[in-house]
Amino acid sequence: MELYLRTKNTASAVALADIPVVEYVELYNDLKERMTQERYHVGHYFATETENGLKFYMLLLDDEQGDVLITSFVPDYYASGLASLTAIHQAFHPFEREMHELYGIPFDNHPWLKPLRFSHDRRDRNSTMDSYPFYEMEGEELHEVNVGPIHAGIIEPGAFRFICNGEQVLHLEIALGYQHRGVETEMVKSDNRLRQTLIAESIAGDSAVAHTTAYAELSEKLMDTEIDEHLQRERFIGIELERMAMHLADTGALATDIGFQLYQVACEALRTVTINTTQAWCGNRFGKSLIRPFGTNHPLTEAKVEIIRRNVADVRRRYMELRSDILQSQTLLARFEQCGLVPREDMKRIGGVGMAARSSGLKRDIRCTHPSGFYASGVAHEPVLKHDGDVMSRLATRMDELVQSADYIEQALASYRPSGKLPAPNYNAQFKADALSFSFVEGWRGEICHVALTNAEGRITKYKIKDPSVHNWLGLAIAVRSEGISDFPINNKSFNLSYCGHDL
Amino acid sequence: MLFGKLKILRSHGWQYIPNLDGVTLTEEFRGFPQLTLTNDKSDLERAAAICPTKAITVSPLTLDMGRCLFCGECAKCAPRNIRFTNEHRLAATRREDLIVMAGQTKPCFNSESIRPEISKLFGRALQLREVSAGGDNSVEMELGATGNVNFDFGRYGVGFTASPRHADGLVLSGPISQNMAEALDICYNSIAKPKVLIVCGSEAISGGLYADSPAVDRSFLDKYHVDLWLPGAPTHPLCFIDGVTKLRAKKK
Repeated sequence: MELYLRTKNTASAVALADIPVVEYVELYNDLKERMTQERYHVGHYFATETENGLKFYMLLLDDEQGDVLITSFVPDYYASGLASLTAIHQAFHPFEREMHELYGIPFDNHPWLKPLRFSHDRRDRNSTMDSYPFYEMEGEELHEVNVGPIHAGIIEPGAFRFICNGEQVLHLEIALGYQHRGVETEMVKSDNRLRQTLIAESIAGDSAVAHTTAYAELSEKLMDTEIDEHLQRERFIGIELERMAMHLADTGALATDIGFQLYQVACEALRTVTINTTQAWCGNRFGKSLIRPFGTNHPLTEAKVEIIRRNVADVRRRYMELRSDILQSQTLLARFEQCGLVPREDMKRIGGVGMAARSSGLKRDIRCTHPSGFYASGVAHEPVLKHDGDVMSRLATRMDELVQSADYIEQALASYRPSGKLPAPNYNAQFKADALSFSFVEGWRGEICHVALTNAEGRITKYKIKDPSVHNWLGLAIAVRSEGISDFPINNKSFNLSYCGHDL
Repeated sequence: MLFGKLKILRSHGWQYIPNLDGVTLTEEFRGFPQLTLTNDKSDLERAAAICPTKAITVSPLTLDMGRCLFCGECAKCAPRNIRFTNEHRLAATRREDLIVMAGQTKPCFNSESIRPEISKLFGRALQLREVSAGGDNSVEMELGATGNVNFDFGRYGVGFTASPRHADGLVLSGPISQNMAEALDICYNSIAKPKVLIVCGSEAISGGLYADSPAVDRSFLDKYHVDLWLPGAPTHPLCFIDGVTKLRAKKK
């Protein structure tokens, strides 16, 4: 029997009946070998309540063939427990931790079975933010430093616990969940699709365009309609503008943390130009309201195309000057090079994705391995890869990707004659019944995955969201090991992970 | 090396906005909504039904900016009744002033209700502690932007500080997640009196999409007096700057 259903990121939603229901033991044995191959990584893995107990779904990505592998199983976990996949492949850790937290599933031999985000619907109500079981080390020379949940800047909350030997960090543990708002619960509470779209926009405000694109593509697969190719092109421009804006923000933030004011203020100014371009397009600096299922309320016009073209070219030119100066700045290089190393093997082991993974030489990029929309039809994306896995690599990846995004936008607009008319959003279409729909979108941080299950009436009954931060937070913890604790801020900024995207 | 830096400086020129009060945002920006009554209420009923945060009431016709996420969908449903202007000065000193009535032409800022000690104590300098409690990082980034090279609110003595002990007030963003409620309370109580409380973003003001979520705990707002309400999703930096400037202004 086939263990998996093979499909594509561009294919329509799959019928639940077509997804194999396998024996967990067989799946476990298959994954043991399969996941050692670099071409595979885990996209999502979750459990859902059914009449007969829990049913588990897993989505794997095959980067070489561009396939998505879907499987499911219904184990008798109360009787026997489940052998932990994390014990053999660490990349599974957040998913198993989530299911343990929500349903109390015992995962045998899980090395780190701690709460993930203290969901409001967690099984053990006695487990609270205050009782997070931080790792402890004994030793007269050691001391602990606790930072958070409220941090020094205007950023989101999360608790960092360092164990240090003098200045040197031996271990960092990150406890999250402070931002938990119940996104996945709210998503299925009402059938108002506009409401669902706006919830998608609020998953992570800095990735509003990418997350909403994931929601839109997922729901279009449930409608099974063709999507206007102009609309796909305009979404593409929205996502790449968002990437430019956030890579600018992070270049500036890294400069701020080493006190390099010139680069900081230059990036602030360039980011203003970029997000004001988005505002001139859709009325919101973060691209909220731009992406809607099936259509849009903000089609590009000749005048808007001209604004985008002019501003992107201006930002690109000024950023190129900045980039060449950054690459010659010895003081900056001295701080960033060989700091916060995450070797390629470690990145692969923890299931790292997105630009952080690419900075360690690991080619994870949905835009080239599982492209959809204009990424599939309009560009042949070649990911930016760096190999050192240090803070400088992560900055260099950002710098190159920013220029690449500017080039893509320029290309996408070069031959584009916008009609100013695109289909209106559709919030009422009938969704396919008893189906599983998923979407993968490469946001600026990395791979975003949304999965939805529908019931017999075509109503969404389960909605699962994965922000790339879920994989990459562990990367930050690894990066600061053996670094001076004062280098934590630059490491943190070099990843710039999402708290709200993780906590949901 | 030096040449490269001079080139960057020359390419960027002067970046700050000289007159922060004189800015008019792009026509596309959705700010203050103007409401018009019509005899036919069918469009409005559709608009009220689709509104994800239930910000609209049909009779009497009102729109609560404290709930509104400015998605603009209602104006598409009822173009004769609802029009979003590009007016970004949305601040209010009382929660009820955020509810826009039919025929109202501009936002209602009631300076009478501002405590007199605010302009006296914080008129020259105001240092704030920001707390995100379930915020989606867009309001937070916009608050960060108020101090950037373009808006440079620091020139008027307003800034954000790391420790609540150094702060004159607190800026809250996000719908207040349960998991953050206690830390927020501790932070607020760590600020020496007298202090100001500013609530920033529609999600913080009303809970927004998460108003009825079992994962939020909004009791903080029942306990303490709020001095300034700043709607938006996210609040535009100029809305924050305008509101805080008016809050600190000497009474005439």
